[in-house]
Amino acid sequence: MFYRLSGVYQTNYAADRKLWKIPADRWQVIAVLVLALMAPLYVSPLYLGSYVLPWVIWSAAALSLTLLMGMAGQLHFGFAAVMAIGAYSSIHLVRAGIPFEIALILSGVVSAVIGTLFGGAALRVKGLYLVMATLAMQYLVDWVVVNVPWISGGAHATLRTPAVNFLVMPIDSLAARYWLALGWAVLITLFFLNVKRTSFGRALVAIRDKDFAAAVIGVDPFRTKLAAFFTSSFLGGVTGAILAFCYYRAVTPEQFGFNVSIQLVAMVLVGGLGSVIGSYLGAGFVLLAPIFLTNAISSLAAAGWVPVSQNFLSHLPLIIYGAMIIGFLLFEPLGLAKIYDNIRKYFLVWPFRHAKS
Amino acid sequence: MAYFFELLINGALTGLMYALVALGFVLIYKSAGVPNLAQGAVVMTAGYAVWLFMSMGLPVWLAIPAAMVVMFLFGLVVERLLLRRMVGQPIIMVVMLTLGLDILLRGLVPGILGSAPKSIDLGINFAPVIIGDVFINRTSLIGGVIAILLVGASLLFFRTRLGTKLRAVSDDHISSWAVGISVERAIGISWGLAGIAAVVAGALWGSAQGVDWTLSTLLFPAIAVVILGGIDSIPGVLVGGLLVGILGSVVPGYLDSYVGGSTRDVVTSVIILLTIMVRPFGIFGREDIERI
Repeated sequence: MFYRLSGVYQTNYAADRKLWKIPADRWQVIAVLVLALMAPLYVSPLYLGSYVLPWVIWSAAALSLTLLMGMAGQLHFGFAAVMAIGAYSSIHLVRAGIPFEIALILSGVVSAVIGTLFGGAALRVKGLYLVMATLAMQYLVDWVVVNVPWISGGAHATLRTPAVNFLVMPIDSLAARYWLALGWAVLITLFFLNVKRTSFGRALVAIRDKDFAAAVIGVDPFRTKLAAFFTSSFLGGVTGAILAFCYYRAVTPEQFGFNVSIQLVAMVLVGGLGSVIGSYLGAGFVLLAPIFLTNAISSLAAAGWVPVSQNFLSHLPLIIYGAMIIGFLLFEPLGLAKIYDNIRKYFLVWPFRHAKS
Repeated sequence: MAYFFELLINGALTGLMYALVALGFVLIYKSAGVPNLAQGAVVMTAGYAVWLFMSMGLPVWLAIPAAMVVMFLFGLVVERLLLRRMVGQPIIMVVMLTLGLDILLRGLVPGILGSAPKSIDLGINFAPVIIGDVFINRTSLIGGVIAILLVGASLLFFRTRLGTKLRAVSDDHISSWAVGISVERAIGISWGLAGIAAVVAGALWGSAQGVDWTLSTLLFPAIAVVILGGIDSIPGVLVGGLLVGILGSVVPGYLDSYVGGSTRDVVTSVIILLTIMVRPFGIFGREDIERI
């Protein structure tokens, strides 16, 4: 009914290689993109600034991380540190007088170089030990950022981002910041969708499935793993810079702590490993669901319908967040992307039952 | 020199108290192969349980066994409801599930029982023990002794009939099934035992620094202890604890004044990193050989 076809039947390779194989999918993407572009026109500034804008930026961050965790299969529990490196270096580069556009790219390069060091651990170990190693590196980067006054401006200092222009657009109004973040998210999405179709993307998938086996068929694990960390850290670094300039605008080390790393992994897992739409859905869900549920329960409590204490209410976001992670892992390990996929497949051949692909 | 010895001895004792937290981690990893990153939060929950029983008017010698019973059941329930469904799933799922449990407990327990720090009075005198010029923290001293006793007891336990079953399970799940050992029950018991170890850790750490959510941050030094000592080795917990504790006390004791403080986390991180890069399976751990 909606998709107007009974399944996906390509008759040539060019059709099979298309990004969106079904016209209806393409129309949906265009519609969502138009809606997102026009968001400043119909979403109130309060919602745009405190819900939609962070959602877009964290989706970009989750996409950068899922490139590493979902496609290359390398676990990373220190991604917030990579983003911190990007955020701090972009601020210092802009303050040193480098144009914002170039500073963004340079900050990505800085995080990529340091992030590749994280990958050094991946050459030695995998799985649980890689989790521990990246976690330790997160603490090290945190400590360096906090304790080197040259970077953070002192232990409890806040670093304000200077006023900048992106090309000709001054990044000061909310709409301008939103559009810059959205542009970056779209860019990462396009990159991610296309990297799946390149030899590099296939090498990443081979490494994920089994690195020894990949080496046997001629994929160099050493180079591919480091390249995966490099690419993902580059994207993460630029996202960190965007996060600093477009959302926080005043940066402190606590904004990039260990909890943020866990939150990013939660976004990737709740969304579904290695999925693009999953990154968007997961970021939105992890970011916004605790807020909305807490608000709902708070208003119920204020109305006197549920008897809970103030102390319990203040811990409620944490409880919902933890319960959400556990719930998804137990009941839908493939994440929101799988739920979306099920719904899409249902409508793909509706009113019939079984869909191909 | 007295300063050095003070750092050394207090560091060693603190390290033994880290070993108490790490013991629960190792007990679970050894039998189930599950890295329980919620062990810090379990210790916090155990601390709250001890405090709850004591605030209900039970004396210490009754409150701690009562908390042990509760935490044993808690471990069984967590294993049955959460971790059993994770058998055969990729490691990232298990890691994230235990982290989710950590977050949930950190919200739920202080949310219900109150987030202000609670004090547990174990009847330990707070005046330091003084030997020569060296001041030794009395809680750490008692904690260290208890840690050694508990690790010794677990070593003995693994020689009993039940302990032998647990060792068989830790060697190979399928072969244990084949000879009639209930793997599920063994793993459940190891979770329960980890809960009991958490009660000891929670009571001692709770009396040393108060019971609140910060007890769950003990997870990080405990991870360093298990990585260094070997993730599936019980004697490794003692050695790793001593090393992590001593390095985490002596190095900051001399460096903190130069670099602006809190080098303890740095030392812990560097220990984790170096161990993983040089000898990933730790000092006493069993090296896993991966097959394709």
